[in-house]
Amino acid sequence: MNTEKHIKTLLIKKPLKLDCGKIINNFPIAYETYGSLNEKKDNAILVFHALTGDQFVTGLNPVTNKDGWWSYAVGPNKSIDTNKYFVICSNVIGGCLGSFGPSHKDAETQKIFGINFPVITINDMVNAQYNLLEHFGIDKLFSIVGGSMGGMQVLQFISNFPDKAKTVIPIACTSSHSAQNIAFNELGRQAITADSNWNEGNYNLQNTIPNKGLAVARMAAHITYLSKKGLQEKFGRKLQEREDLKFGFDADFQIESYLRYQGSVFVDRFDANSYLYITRAMDYFDLAKQFNGNLSDAFKETKAKFFVISFTSDWLYPTQENKDIVIALNSIGANVGFVEIDSDKGHDSFLLDVPEFLSALKNFLDKSYTATK
Amino acid sequence: MKNEFNVIADLIEKNTRVLDVGCADGVLMEFLKDNKNIDIRGLEISKNKVQKCIEKGLTVIEGNAEFDLKQFPDKSFDYVILSQTLQAFLNPELVINELLRVGKKAIVTIPNFGYWKVRLHLLLKGTMPVTETLPDQWYNTPNLHMCTIKDFVYFVKSRNIKIFKSLALNKKNTSLINSNNLGIKNLFSDLGIFLIEK
Repeated sequence: MNTEKHIKTLLIKKPLKLDCGKIINNFPIAYETYGSLNEKKDNAILVFHALTGDQFVTGLNPVTNKDGWWSYAVGPNKSIDTNKYFVICSNVIGGCLGSFGPSHKDAETQKIFGINFPVITINDMVNAQYNLLEHFGIDKLFSIVGGSMGGMQVLQFISNFPDKAKTVIPIACTSSHSAQNIAFNELGRQAITADSNWNEGNYNLQNTIPNKGLAVARMAAHITYLSKKGLQEKFGRKLQEREDLKFGFDADFQIESYLRYQGSVFVDRFDANSYLYITRAMDYFDLAKQFNGNLSDAFKETKAKFFVISFTSDWLYPTQENKDIVIALNSIGANVGFVEIDSDKGHDSFLLDVPEFLSALKNFLDKSYTATK
Repeated sequence: MKNEFNVIADLIEKNTRVLDVGCADGVLMEFLKDNKNIDIRGLEISKNKVQKCIEKGLTVIEGNAEFDLKQFPDKSFDYVILSQTLQAFLNPELVINELLRVGKKAIVTIPNFGYWKVRLHLLLKGTMPVTETLPDQWYNTPNLHMCTIKDFVYFVKSRNIKIFKSLALNKKNTSLINSNNLGIKNLFSDLGIFLIEK
């Protein structure tokens, strides 16, 4: 993956104390921007990506040569209208698309970190990304937006920097990873570390990657992003390019073939150790715990306007977990709107062409933007 | 905007905090926000209507008043509005209690089942009344607990709820209800509007 020429980075010189106790400095954050920052610098939206996302939100991703991960929602005249807003997105630390992560070299030992990279948290991710505001000279963001792990970062960001965003949009997320969430992530990690190519995280030394383990991790996770109904309608028991069952273990069913494909394309673009680190960060996320069990206290300093969105068929971060955020906000009289969007597309709904979702997002942003003028 | 909303808006003081329960497409909310500088929130059960409110730039929570009012702290709003929905709840008494817990005051409007046209419809036709205010048939109406203006007045009195103002509406005409004219108003009004407090 020789992609460095496509990647903009910001070198953070200021030391950052991580939750694990380690202090990092002189580390890069890779970012991308869309649209332009206006003179008053009041039209900036910080987008946070999910587990396997990156800074290339929309347009052509120069690394994968595919559309950016949120092309449905972000772009000219779209929900997050880049004719109007200045969109910033950065690769999370721990990631593998230019930001400081386990595939980087340790300055002290000159060896690739691998699993010697410090364990990072959602809190560390947003604290690192906060430096982007300074870099662009933005005093206050118009909005912070993200789905899934991006939504967790949204919640953590506004809790850490209560006066740095006017509007706050956590989508299909949770304030605390559930046992089921942790269980699925652990399954993925076990698949990776059980692959003999993983080599205690030092696969770079032998020039291999734990591609089988990483593919299985992706396949398992991918199931959690879809709904039972969606899968049934798309695949049912349809067979893959064959008339009948073959009485073997090849991919007889289309769903098997589909998952295998998802696994195989994923290993080409994602680093196995990053997968371990980022899933760990998600599992450690428990915003209420940071405030002695009272989630409302996470938001009591902010005057921002919140808009929480969930999806009916999302069983990974179900509506109730999103509603818990709404309840915590209402109990302190915060300004919060909430809508559950009807969709059969499961957790992935926020990434897909779901018109009710896209119009709600657009209306909320545009009306809020006009109201601040 | 319908007359009912004008009457409700007149009951609300400027610069206050208001929750509109069952806010529908947000017509009243928008009016209160623009004309009385109200810090307004809505609760609405229909996804479509929530979307309409978002289009208007209103802060609305999708939810059901019977389950979702409990998230609001005691007396966190100056007024809570419930327009023509009390009769549709499984447990109207619980909802009234919740309105009065969350709001310092509540404004409740009810379609009056004691209205003469309703009475006459049942008397003469012998079928369930269908009127402008009660447009649905018996088999598809959301209304579970119809009451009359008189029923509502008796109910709040029996629960020691204070009535600040009771108004009767008949088309464009608004009039005050008091203990002397209750029987008449109950016969000639199709809507009752009550400002109450516990």
